[in-house]
Amino acid sequence: MSNKSTGDMKKSTVAVIDYGMGNLHSVAKALEHVADENTSVIVTSDPAVIDAADRVLLPGVGAIRDCIGEMYNAGLVPSIRKAMAEKPFLAICVGIQSLMSHSEENGGVDCLNHFQGNALFFGEKHTDHDGSKLKVPHMGWNQVKHTINHPLWADIPDNARFYFVHSFYVVPENKSEVAGTCDYGLEFCVALARDNVFAVQFHPEKSHKDGLQLYKNFLHWDGKP
Amino acid sequence: MGLAKRIIPCLDVDNGRVVKGVQFVDIRDAGDPVEVAKRYNEQGADEITFLDITASSDDRETTVHMVEAIASQVFIPLTVGGGIRTCEDIRRMLNAGADKVGINTAAVFNPEFVREAAQRFGSQCIVVAIDAKKVSAQGEPDKWEIFTHGGRKPTGLDAVEWAKKMVEYGAGEILLTSMDRDGTKNGFDLGVTRAISEAVHVPVIASGGVGNLDHLVDGVIEGKADAVLAASIFHFGEYSIQEAKQRMTDAGIEMRL
Repeated sequence: MSNKSTGDMKKSTVAVIDYGMGNLHSVAKALEHVADENTSVIVTSDPAVIDAADRVLLPGVGAIRDCIGEMYNAGLVPSIRKAMAEKPFLAICVGIQSLMSHSEENGGVDCLNHFQGNALFFGEKHTDHDGSKLKVPHMGWNQVKHTINHPLWADIPDNARFYFVHSFYVVPENKSEVAGTCDYGLEFCVALARDNVFAVQFHPEKSHKDGLQLYKNFLHWDGKP
Repeated sequence: MGLAKRIIPCLDVDNGRVVKGVQFVDIRDAGDPVEVAKRYNEQGADEITFLDITASSDDRETTVHMVEAIASQVFIPLTVGGGIRTCEDIRRMLNAGADKVGINTAAVFNPEFVREAAQRFGSQCIVVAIDAKKVSAQGEPDKWEIFTHGGRKPTGLDAVEWAKKMVEYGAGEILLTSMDRDGTKNGFDLGVTRAISEAVHVPVIASGGVGNLDHLVDGVIEGKADAVLAASIFHFGEYSIQEAKQRMTDAGIEMRL
């Protein structure tokens, strides 16, 4: 995993932001699996590497307070904001929640406020439309409905199943930013898009061929909606 | 339209080979774990569980390498269990590419370990494995007890109460194995599966006893399981994952096809 180019060929780099929140192995391996020979995948906690990368992926696992706290502690927030302002940027799972204004998790945590709106808890007594009990976390393969056309949905069938594991879901204020939805007792937003930023609640790196396709689309995306 | 029920093939790995013990004895060889995992991935498995049943700790390094190899080639969730006793064990497995770890005996001897692990790594990656045996006599109200050491040692813990406690401590999922049924091919113990699934708010994986595809259907419909785990019916080519999913779909269960 080096971004040093061999010869004159300029390598394209994708930075996977490591802010100390666990396993980035799967994300990096999935990106490498779909990357061509001119693309380098770099797992990094170095703001300079993020600033220099051609595209940036913000993963996320664990609790939101720790995630946001570690992003600030590691001095990564300016680089994250800068990347979101200027280059193809993909956030996954807790990554999407960290881009909202606020999350209900951990007693309430202010997030990065790139997308206006909140992350809400399903609740331990979550029920389906018919009143039957639904398990929380929402764990497993659910169907994702495309609500807009977007380059990141290219070659992915509408209503394809992706792997989810989460107990909080995002509710953006601006509905035109919703790129995809899912149904689990209620219809909720699982993908957000604005300009060069795309964010998903599911785990593409765990979602078999459609997940790999989304990563492939990201590596080819020019950042235009 | 909604969340699909899951089929999880389980690889019991001893000394670098997939094996399947009937009641944890009489072990049959079923191949190389990486190859087996790839085959199930191609067949449409929803997740894979890798259970390290190697006795000696010398072989833990082998397990780490196998988990790395599987995680580099198989892009579906991977749970690793067996011998997970410390946060360091969890960290190693997650870094090797596991998405979740299964904690079994260590949880029984030290429940606080589950709390500590969930706080440090998040509930989403903590699966508490429960080995239960029916201890009520016929005619008595149903009662199941937790056993350790491959079903040999009783603990005095009530299985349903234990499951509730583990969820309270931070388990994100329960892997429930009926020790009476494991390896028998007589089907899941649907009573304990349903009792635990209805008692907790996290997903429950039913395990132990699958001998045919109808057993998988029963586990979801009657046992209320969110996922079904099986080993030998898939390892020895009796059924493919696709056949299992088709049968479950035909029975009205929502599956990822």
